[in-house]
Amino acid sequence: MFKILERNELAAHIYQMVVEAPRVAANCLPGQFLIVRVDEEGERIPLTICDYDREKGTVEIVVQSIGAETNEIAKMQAGDSFADIVGPLGNPSDMVHENLEELKKKKIVFIAGGVGTAPVYPQAKWLKENGITADVIIGAKNKDLVILEERFKEVSNLYITTDDGSYGRSGMVTKCLQDLVDEGHHYDLCIAIGPMIMMKFVCKLTQELNIPTIVSMNTIMVDGTGMCGACRLTVGGEVKFACVDGPEFDGHKVDFDQAMVRMKQYKTEEGRLKLAQEEGKTHKGGCGICSD
Amino acid sequence: MAIEVDVLKRVPVREQEAKVRATNFEEVCLGYNEEEAMAEATRCLNCKNPQCQKGCPVAIDIPAFIQEVKNGDVAKAYQIISESSALPAVCGRVCPQESQCEGKCIRGFKGEPVSIGKLERFVADTAREMGIKPEGAKEKKNHKVAIIGSGPSGLTCAGDLAKLGYDVHIFEALHEAGGVLVYGIPEFRLPKEKVVKKEIENVKSLGVKIETDVVIGRSVTIDSLMKDEGFDAVFIGSGAGLPRFMHIPGEQSLGVFSANEFLTRSNLMKAFREDSTTPIMRPKKCVVVGGGNVAMDAARTALRLGAEVHVVYRRSEEELPARKEEVEHAKQEGIIFDLLTNPVEILSDEEGWVKGCKCIRMELGEPDASGRRSPVPVEGSEFDIECDAVIMSLGTSPNPLISSTTKGLEINKRKCIVADEAGATSKTGVFAGGDAVTGAATVILAMGAGKTAAKAIDEYLKTLD
Repeated sequence: MFKILERNELAAHIYQMVVEAPRVAANCLPGQFLIVRVDEEGERIPLTICDYDREKGTVEIVVQSIGAETNEIAKMQAGDSFADIVGPLGNPSDMVHENLEELKKKKIVFIAGGVGTAPVYPQAKWLKENGITADVIIGAKNKDLVILEERFKEVSNLYITTDDGSYGRSGMVTKCLQDLVDEGHHYDLCIAIGPMIMMKFVCKLTQELNIPTIVSMNTIMVDGTGMCGACRLTVGGEVKFACVDGPEFDGHKVDFDQAMVRMKQYKTEEGRLKLAQEEGKTHKGGCGICSD
Repeated sequence: MAIEVDVLKRVPVREQEAKVRATNFEEVCLGYNEEEAMAEATRCLNCKNPQCQKGCPVAIDIPAFIQEVKNGDVAKAYQIISESSALPAVCGRVCPQESQCEGKCIRGFKGEPVSIGKLERFVADTAREMGIKPEGAKEKKNHKVAIIGSGPSGLTCAGDLAKLGYDVHIFEALHEAGGVLVYGIPEFRLPKEKVVKKEIENVKSLGVKIETDVVIGRSVTIDSLMKDEGFDAVFIGSGAGLPRFMHIPGEQSLGVFSANEFLTRSNLMKAFREDSTTPIMRPKKCVVVGGGNVAMDAARTALRLGAEVHVVYRRSEEELPARKEEVEHAKQEGIIFDLLTNPVEILSDEEGWVKGCKCIRMELGEPDASGRRSPVPVEGSEFDIECDAVIMSLGTSPNPLISSTTKGLEINKRKCIVADEAGATSKTGVFAGGDAVTGAATVILAMGAGKTAAKAIDEYLKTLD
């Protein structure tokens, strides 16, 4: 059992938890993820690692409640335990293997969207610890959905943009990146993590701007260890498994349209109907997991 | 005895009727009762030089245990089997006995061989009901052994080493122990609660500790287990779980699955149950590509979820690699076999969902180097099978995660770990066996490898004293 030591609501439907998971904490690196199962009856859900404390043997996860199983996770409180936490899974970000002197010469920009903000944090933090301050763009629908702002300020140059202009800059993350470039910023590497549709449009823009771009693919997963291929996607014409070959890939080579179609596999009519009833027509589509 | 035995024929085993079982996930074969088992046991000739035992990869003393069944002493029969096998209730069910013990039975030369598998199963099931456990070690030895993977090879190796008195820890990547026994083989062939869990509890009762949710190569490495956690030897029984795909157009469509995904959802995650939190597609018409046991399991699972199922296989019936019994069961349940047929493209609608499978007819050409006649496409014979799901069951290969994170562990070009006959790898103190070494094979061969490696590990550990 893996005990929850701390639990906070970061924004509506977004929760942060600090969980005891000594083996994951001892070995995880930026870019990796884990899989949790609430109880004996639960589904296996991939979640990103937002931070870790090797000495305490804890990892920090951020989860957005969007379906049956994540709703169950959202209900869990400090003191409760997950039946299973397995990880770290996937490959660490390339940066951790790179020559630090070479890396220091690069100007890096992170683009984080929605709950994808969480997995950007350990990467920005790792860079800061190694003497590199990256630019980070956080995109959110509105002011209330901006998460981890204070912590990002400590480890990066932070730019916040909201779709409705209620906080920070106004508009989508792509507009923010374009504006920053127009303002004279130069970038050698872009790392984008967020909804697939966001990553797709970031890649479209960075291709025009000639900025190499890494994306982290949040596909459907079951085991997360390479034994089923549920998470397969096409990168540069080749079939890859996101859980073992990724989750990070060269964004300019990913077939996003196909990846977004594949997210529909288990979306049922009833599920969509229920969501519409609960939340009304707030969803604009394009999250990559809906059919709009 | 009430049952009249014809020495040339097996005592028939009771099964669920095909029409009924096609709609449920209950076990197909109901097994022998005591009376039937004792009657079947009388057919054994108790050979002086038993060929059956030579056909068994773990060399169970078959005539000896069958004599005990004949005498009605199940406890004794169970102890005899336990000396050689850690998982008799499993092997009695899933071994391809026709090509192993029963294939060598003298009775089989004229008439039907003794139903050794069904008798083994009877003994294991009855022992379980009676609460009989295998006997543990008398004295403890001062060495720790790590077993990577809790499938058949790992469980067997762990059981044997625990009986010798070693402190054995199994590390399993999934949330449940059992490997292919829990995620691969369906409930209707191998009940999970009743059989698999109990067999694993038996292994635990020998003192074996099982830690789940540990992915070797990620959560911890073999090098660090040996250096930091005090393990003196390691056995790698991580299997061959990486699924192959055909790399044909349309394979990424919605409704195309690897058999591993489909079976894992159904078996491990219980998605066959209506109340499951893990979703599974319930196809209307489904194509299963491949002809092995995994293909039969996937096909029969899809059928039970409500689909009309076509097994598409590129060779003819004779070459089907699946067990005869499984093919027969599949046919009885209504699975359609489209033989000498091979998919060339998966067709999908504008939303990306599978709507069909374009296939080509095949004919058998000259025998290849392995002696098998290789299939050749018949030009211009393409046709479409309408379907809403395709399950790819083309075999699996070992996951490279362990080999790529263990210094000095040699692998061959098929990504299999290189090990000698005793299971020793290129790295001192590290042994391997089962599908991780051979590529996808059978449960019992993996158990045999686990057994052999346990002996070699014992010998190796003695040199450390």
